[in-house]
Amino acid sequence: MTALQHVRLGTYYVVNLPEADDFDFWRDRARALVQCDVPPDRIAWVEPGGSGDLFSHGERRMPVPPMDARPVRANRRFVSLAKNAILHSDPERFALLYRLLWRLQSNPRMMEDKADLDVRRVEELDKNVRRDSHKMHAFVRFRLVESEDEEAGEHYVAWFEPEHHILRANAGFFMRRFSNMRWSILTPRGSLHWDGETMAEGPPAERHDAPGGDPMEDLWRTYYASIFNPARLKIGAMLKEMPKKYWKNMPEASLIPDLIAGAQGREASMVEKGALEFEERPDTLAAIDKAIHACRKCPIGALDNTAVMGEGPQDAALMIVGEQPGDNEDLAGRPFVGPAGQLLDVHLEKAGIDRRAAYLTNAVKHFKYVQRGKRRLHQNPGAKEIDTCRWWIESERAIVQPKLVLAMGASAARGLLGKTVSISKVRGTPIPLEDGSELWVTAHPSYLLRLEGPAREEQARLFDADLAAVKARLAELAG
Amino acid sequence: MAQQTILQKLEILADAAKYDASCASSGTAKKNSLGGRGIGSTEGMGICHAYAPDGRCISLLKILLTNHCVFDCHYCVNRKSSNVARARFTPQEVVDLTLAFYRRNYIEGLFLSSGIVKNSNHTMEQIVEVARILREEHDFRGYIHLKTIPEADAEIVHQAGLYADRVSINVELPTDSGLTRLAPDKDARQIEGAMGKVKADLAEAKDAHKRFKHAPRFAPAGQSTQMIVGADAATDADIVGKASRLYDNFRLRRVYYSAFSPIPDASAVLPLKRPPLIREHRLYQSDWLMRFYGYKPAEVMQATEADGNLPLDIDPKLAWALKFREAFPVDVNRSTKEQLLRVPGLGVKAVGKILASRRHRALRLDDVALLTQSITKVRPFICTVDWRPVTLTDRADLRSLLAPKSEQLELFVT
Repeated sequence: MTALQHVRLGTYYVVNLPEADDFDFWRDRARALVQCDVPPDRIAWVEPGGSGDLFSHGERRMPVPPMDARPVRANRRFVSLAKNAILHSDPERFALLYRLLWRLQSNPRMMEDKADLDVRRVEELDKNVRRDSHKMHAFVRFRLVESEDEEAGEHYVAWFEPEHHILRANAGFFMRRFSNMRWSILTPRGSLHWDGETMAEGPPAERHDAPGGDPMEDLWRTYYASIFNPARLKIGAMLKEMPKKYWKNMPEASLIPDLIAGAQGREASMVEKGALEFEERPDTLAAIDKAIHACRKCPIGALDNTAVMGEGPQDAALMIVGEQPGDNEDLAGRPFVGPAGQLLDVHLEKAGIDRRAAYLTNAVKHFKYVQRGKRRLHQNPGAKEIDTCRWWIESERAIVQPKLVLAMGASAARGLLGKTVSISKVRGTPIPLEDGSELWVTAHPSYLLRLEGPAREEQARLFDADLAAVKARLAELAG
Repeated sequence: MAQQTILQKLEILADAAKYDASCASSGTAKKNSLGGRGIGSTEGMGICHAYAPDGRCISLLKILLTNHCVFDCHYCVNRKSSNVARARFTPQEVVDLTLAFYRRNYIEGLFLSSGIVKNSNHTMEQIVEVARILREEHDFRGYIHLKTIPEADAEIVHQAGLYADRVSINVELPTDSGLTRLAPDKDARQIEGAMGKVKADLAEAKDAHKRFKHAPRFAPAGQSTQMIVGADAATDADIVGKASRLYDNFRLRRVYYSAFSPIPDASAVLPLKRPPLIREHRLYQSDWLMRFYGYKPAEVMQATEADGNLPLDIDPKLAWALKFREAFPVDVNRSTKEQLLRVPGLGVKAVGKILASRRHRALRLDDVALLTQSITKVRPFICTVDWRPVTLTDRADLRSLLAPKSEQLELFVT
């Protein structure tokens, strides 16, 4: 039957489309041709600037459908795909769509057959066009033009090179977004101009018609470079979504090669500046002793001082942690030998705790001070310094494995907990530690030394009470 | 210190925001600037305006109002004890920057977060003030995502939701013990309490909107959260469990995962190595399985290995399939949608195409090849009229056959 039709309709029809993106025109002609039973291979669809000469011998007059012609059937899916696919730059698109429309007449559900080659092709065109539109929404970069005419106000102009005939179809998006702004989008395929009230179409433009820069671009580039995390270089992912063909019109894209080239260096310096590179945990107290003497992870280590190691039995049930060595401790190389240490001894004895059975150490291993003449004045360690030194106290705890840790003062508490707590709030109640031991917090004896009169008596009483509680709890834990 | 320029502040405050994973600007109510005084539109789908070399999209101006912070969270570059350069924008400066970028079509809107200055309420008020100026004074109709501070008063957080398209509250870490250790100033119960409040506000606003067309919108793009992966010892199973509880309890739109990055001036309690980025990717894949493929959290957890983590060399869907080989092969011509969605290599789109096409023809292997990305990956798990993987799913080396060959690092060519 088709062979007969070919003989009967052995003429060529040439359809000259007025615009590359004129769906309505295509639909009118396609409808008439289907109704006249013109097979796809007898029609040449020619868009403006297309090669129509080849078919100049063909019949140009459109056939008139008979009065009783059946209505042309096309489902909604086809229409929505065709509207978009017709914007594609592929010159074959009109013929493809006609072929599909033709086939739909005998197989109305054909669009559902995703394995059909024509259906696949038109879906591909649709996808390309949608992608190009999406990239236009994303990658158009307006530049502010200073106009002489003050009345007209600010004018924003963009240069964009779409791959397909999408300019007109996307006018609405920019109008809805930038309603109260005067803007123009110039492309090699035409231009759009919005003055806040009406949309005007203009002729194709060239790149030099658009402005070459905008003062905000420096800020934008700064933002682009700063928001990029060099520790996560994923060039493939970037190129997939932002192919190089778009780069030339995006001000930030010029930074990309340098950002990538510098990424490894930036990450390395982030790591170097950041994560403190401790080696494996030392597994003996002697190894810790040796290592802390070499430790320069924080500025205290760089002062003229000696690291002071904790001391006491390696299997002590009680670990007492102070703040940091003082002047005396630094000189002696032993913890708690100065005035505060002597005061501690007094109170320990009163509570019935044997100092020699406990492991005594400090949250910070080096003495922090400022030099005043010949004197070295004690300085409190900073939070960061305590946090850095936590590595050592954790290493000591891992070896000694005390059942109970007594932290004296806020710095010691921070050294064990990683956060600053208020002594008055936490004293007297044990805080469970991750390794199953428990932490008790009390004041530092040097605090008692600074007080006088009734205040000192009151604090001494609280200190004794804390030590007594620790003593009792130790007995429980031992039992 | 000398007065900082906007450029210097932007450099510091964008840099400080780069560890935040969320960027999406999707799923909000449609709006446009027709009939208004200002600019801006949202059309459902967010737009990625650029991509950084880290592969992440730039959709919003993502900055901090300030990186001064009274909190001392160990994983955070802005924590109190960190020595990074500090800067502070005024609300007006953020507004000006947002509008200038938006007018040039660089961005979809603003994602504003902040370090805690003075106190939580003060900071939250400043964040809300930025949104208020944008919406009320400039009639800005683009996307606004505000990070809310769980320690702030519920009333101020509520204000944020009235201006913003989306609000988010970070859970920070997948386990409470991790939070206690690494974010000593934060409190898991407070965070979840704040999320619960936002959930209630969302439900109430939705209900009101049903009855009164002009009822005020409350964060139409919902709430999201972020957790840091790899800074504590939580396993993927812990993380998936936490995420699914959050989805269930707080109806979150998204849970973002941020692989812990080495940060300048890091705290000594942090791990020294960064987790492989692929781990973050596997978690997002598992998130996808739960959100779009009908996997239950327990099933994703079944895909983990003995150490509780998802395998890094293969995706979680393949890992699940290899463990439950008895569920395969799936007949592409007869099986249900749910069964087809379990086939490694078949995405939601491909399954849709198969379901539509098989009404028209009995699918052969070649047909399936046309509808999928890679038939090689799919083949061992399906049968068609002309294909049946007799013993392939029993092969012990199936995993190595299907695991992608280790890729060489892409070199950049200009």
